[in-house]
Amino acid sequence: MTLIDLATPSKFLALTARVLPWLAAASAILLLVGLYQSVMAPDDYQQGATVKIMFIHVPNAWLSMFVWGVMSIAALGTLVWRHPLADVAAKSAAPIGAAFTFLALVTGSLWGRPMWGTYWEWDARLTSVLILFLMYLGLIALWRAVEDPSRAARAAAVLTLVGAINIPIIKFSVDWWNTLHQPASVMRMGGPSLDRAFLIPLLVMAIGFSLLFITLHLAAMRNEILRRRVRSLQMMQASQRAA
Amino acid sequence: MSLGPYTSFIVTSYALVMAVVLMMIVWIVLDYRRQQSRLRELEASGVFRRSGRSAADIR
Repeated sequence: MTLIDLATPSKFLALTARVLPWLAAASAILLLVGLYQSVMAPDDYQQGATVKIMFIHVPNAWLSMFVWGVMSIAALGTLVWRHPLADVAAKSAAPIGAAFTFLALVTGSLWGRPMWGTYWEWDARLTSVLILFLMYLGLIALWRAVEDPSRAARAAAVLTLVGAINIPIIKFSVDWWNTLHQPASVMRMGGPSLDRAFLIPLLVMAIGFSLLFITLHLAAMRNEILRRRVRSLQMMQASQRAA
Repeated sequence: MSLGPYTSFIVTSYALVMAVVLMMIVWIVLDYRRQQSRLRELEASGVFRRSGRSAADIR
């Protein structure tokens, strides 16, 4: 099956029916292994046991940006290639991205209170992630406000691409401005600065959460395709009644 | 295993993540069932896709 074949919603649905059980099982296993490793990880010499929050905060923070990246590619698919599943992909990803961003903000806040002495600080990293969360909510509201999916798709695609400017701002905010937030310790020049005792559980959790996103996203796309079938059948029903 | 003086922050973080992930899973599963049920109702009322295939069939 090629990428072109997936342009047909029916073939996409057939593919999701086959792969979703495997993806769900792989996500569950990796998250359980990651959870066990997180619980068993040693305390940090400075942060003590609060370092365990890192194993859930960092994957959610990565995914908050990654999901917007997926939506940006989907936005290009809508505007440039007019792929029939592009806006389905973007619309389905937004609530999941919003949930990951919410979790990144709240777990960061719960980690910040014991480490920094405050739940919140209006610095560049925290503020730019809050803006990302508000942009997710704005996109969800836009899709809900416009009834015709194809009209909503173009407006949402433009908004998504404009919002993509925020992603490098979030990533490099810790380098460009003074901030309470620590600089990158995994994806950095010279390799990760984390000890293996923390790095391995973090990577397992990150892969587990990424698989969870793929699973939820495919399932949400399947639901959106079915929702559009419902809509077109309801329109057919209405026109039959009118005739 | 002791989590020290910040147990409540750590436990709250993990509990919140689990709750939100579970909510997402439940929401997606319920949404799937709702769409399938609507499609079956429409087909039962005599509305079919132009292809003639069942709209609720995803295989």
